[in-house]
Amino acid sequence: MSDCHGCAGCAVAEPPPSLPKSARPYVVAIIGPPNSGKSTLFNRLTGLRQKVANFPGVTVEQRVGKARMHGKGMTQHHHRDVVLVDLPGVYSLNPRSEDEQVTRDVLAGTMPGIPKPDALLLILDCTNLGRHLVLAAPILSLKLPTLVILNMADDLKSRGGHVNTAELASELGSPVALISASKGQGIEKVFQFMEGTSAGTAALAPPRVELPVLQDIPRCRQWAHEVGTGAAYHAPAPPIWTRRLDAVFLHPIAGPLIFLVVVAGVFQTIFAGAKPLMDGLQALIEHGSQWLGNLLPAGVFRSLLVDGIGHGVGSVVVFLPQILLLFLFIGILEDSGYLARAALIADRTMAKFGLQGKSFIPLISAYACAVPAIMATRTIENKRDRLATILIAPFMTCSARLPVYTLIIAAFIADRPLLGHFFGMQAGALLGLYVLGFVAAIATARLLKSSILKSERAPFVLEMPPYRWPTLRSLGLRLVDRSKVFLRRAGTVILAVIIVLWVLENLPVKNGQPPEIADSFAGMIGHAVEPVIKPLGFNWKIGIGLVSSIAAREVIVGTLGTIYGKEGTSESVGLRQALRSDLSPGGAVALLVFFAFAMQCMSTLAVVRRETGGWKWPAAQFAYMTLLAYLCALITNQVVRSGIFS
Amino acid sequence: MVLQMSVNNGHGPAPNYATARTLAQLPEGEAGVLDRLELPDDIARRLMELGFLPGHIIVPARSAPGGNPRVYRVDGSEVALRRETASRLILRLSNRSKPAEASLL
Repeated sequence: MSDCHGCAGCAVAEPPPSLPKSARPYVVAIIGPPNSGKSTLFNRLTGLRQKVANFPGVTVEQRVGKARMHGKGMTQHHHRDVVLVDLPGVYSLNPRSEDEQVTRDVLAGTMPGIPKPDALLLILDCTNLGRHLVLAAPILSLKLPTLVILNMADDLKSRGGHVNTAELASELGSPVALISASKGQGIEKVFQFMEGTSAGTAALAPPRVELPVLQDIPRCRQWAHEVGTGAAYHAPAPPIWTRRLDAVFLHPIAGPLIFLVVVAGVFQTIFAGAKPLMDGLQALIEHGSQWLGNLLPAGVFRSLLVDGIGHGVGSVVVFLPQILLLFLFIGILEDSGYLARAALIADRTMAKFGLQGKSFIPLISAYACAVPAIMATRTIENKRDRLATILIAPFMTCSARLPVYTLIIAAFIADRPLLGHFFGMQAGALLGLYVLGFVAAIATARLLKSSILKSERAPFVLEMPPYRWPTLRSLGLRLVDRSKVFLRRAGTVILAVIIVLWVLENLPVKNGQPPEIADSFAGMIGHAVEPVIKPLGFNWKIGIGLVSSIAAREVIVGTLGTIYGKEGTSESVGLRQALRSDLSPGGAVALLVFFAFAMQCMSTLAVVRRETGGWKWPAAQFAYMTLLAYLCALITNQVVRSGIFS
Repeated sequence: MVLQMSVNNGHGPAPNYATARTLAQLPEGEAGVLDRLELPDDIARRLMELGFLPGHIIVPARSAPGGNPRVYRVDGSEVALRRETASRLILRLSNRSKPAEASLL
């Protein structure tokens, strides 16, 4: 260890927590550089037995899963699960980024909730072994049982590369396995290693080569080169198909055209393609809750179950097809390697707003729903760019705003032709609201990047992975994971808010009957907030609607239906008439502006909390967006009332 | 200090790459040897981990429309950098004798 001067290796050499060996799970961490196939291997080893969360307090994704040992060497006594931790992709253990800090903390056993790993799987891309082997130096100096996995064996072979694994193993003093994680070739060697180490039968050999000084990157790279040469490493030929495809996808003219077609395709699919599925799901939920309602006696419980939970949770779950389609698209784009090319093409435009190329797809997705968009920001490695994207995504006009917009526009704006017969005043108003949200998003991005998110000095660096066929297995696992995240939230946060709102609308009970909405607790809240929202042109009824729409924007339509005693849909003629006679034109336009800016969505707040690792950012985002909405609605109402436009 | 010379995509007369002082000025497909990174230490280390090491051969490849950002072939992989970053990567002037090919270590 004489070469190891205060490096990560020494800090890690602490005794593990002294729990009895059998009571504690056997923990294996997977570590590797970005694009080494780390997640593919993790998926191979764990399948569906995995869960995704964040490491405590940070935005770094934590994936933990279980791999079942079933080798011949496993007696019944030894038969147990290995806990696998997928660490973020890193090139070194120098703690400069959050990813590297998390990796160091987990390896040192100082990460709360994760025991110090008993063994490591170091995965490297063997088509680029010279550069990837650099990570082996700090990892091997940890002196933990380590399997060096050379992934992409199929690519190495087909492109004429070669490596002597036995020689490499004796040089490094660790076993080496040549595998293809995406095809499943050689996976049994990984299982054998974990069986061997967890049973305590594997022995550690000292490395034959001397490990380099870890801070000296040129020296480490030279060391990796020497190790590679010692193992008769012959680098493969350049990926010919990737070069050919890039000639098309990054062509000066064809490239941007293909990019636009892809973006339009994604947009069209999440909007139009998802529509029949969403309508079908909505009908299913409605029939289901009606059927349930018919089984139950009329009363409080039925009202809660059918009107409260059925409608409320249904209005959220209905977005599931859209989310699945979006993630299917993003999965194909990311796994195939096209996403990096799209980010490259979009970068210059996004840079004008202080963002970067990888923000583009999430922001486009936010037109469907901010929740999957925010989950999709995980592809942005730069934490500040990712945070800026998360914070502006809810300004994009999501589909939950559409029912509100449709109702108010239909009620207050006459459908006179604006530009010929196909583009009337109503369509113009709707387009204006889309533009308004977009302008608010880019203005906020510029504001953020010139203030609190400014100090980031990391340059824009984008690795271009070779093109690959996406595998059904990886796409499927991704969809299952995203649906679980989404449904769990719909079943917890949203459910809780909906029950609270239902209680507020149905209490206090008068003569054994639920009260009129004006006399309910919700009505009282509406009256209480009326002085605050009066300058915006809103009365107490709109106040109740606003309070209820904190759960989800479109809930206000149903609430207003209940309040005015009309059918609570955006197509309801009765509701339009009631609104027209109760709301001033200034208040109506102010309401549209308010909904364009306000963060009326518990799901989004919950997902921002999850992705940013705390309540700080969602709280700031909620305050900022609500304040902006209030001020702009106030100005709108005053301007319209003063009659400038009439 | 650094010339913001626009980079042609290899259509014009091929300039002598010894005149390209920074990576941003190097024409597509021509090899340059990196001399030093005129960047803050932490950023330089980040790029060095990706293979942008003094002495390594770097070949500019395709780019986004307008030439920025541009993909560079370096140390067995392809990495895209914005022009502002590439113009801080200074090339060796004495690389005239080097063969213009993407050498992978």
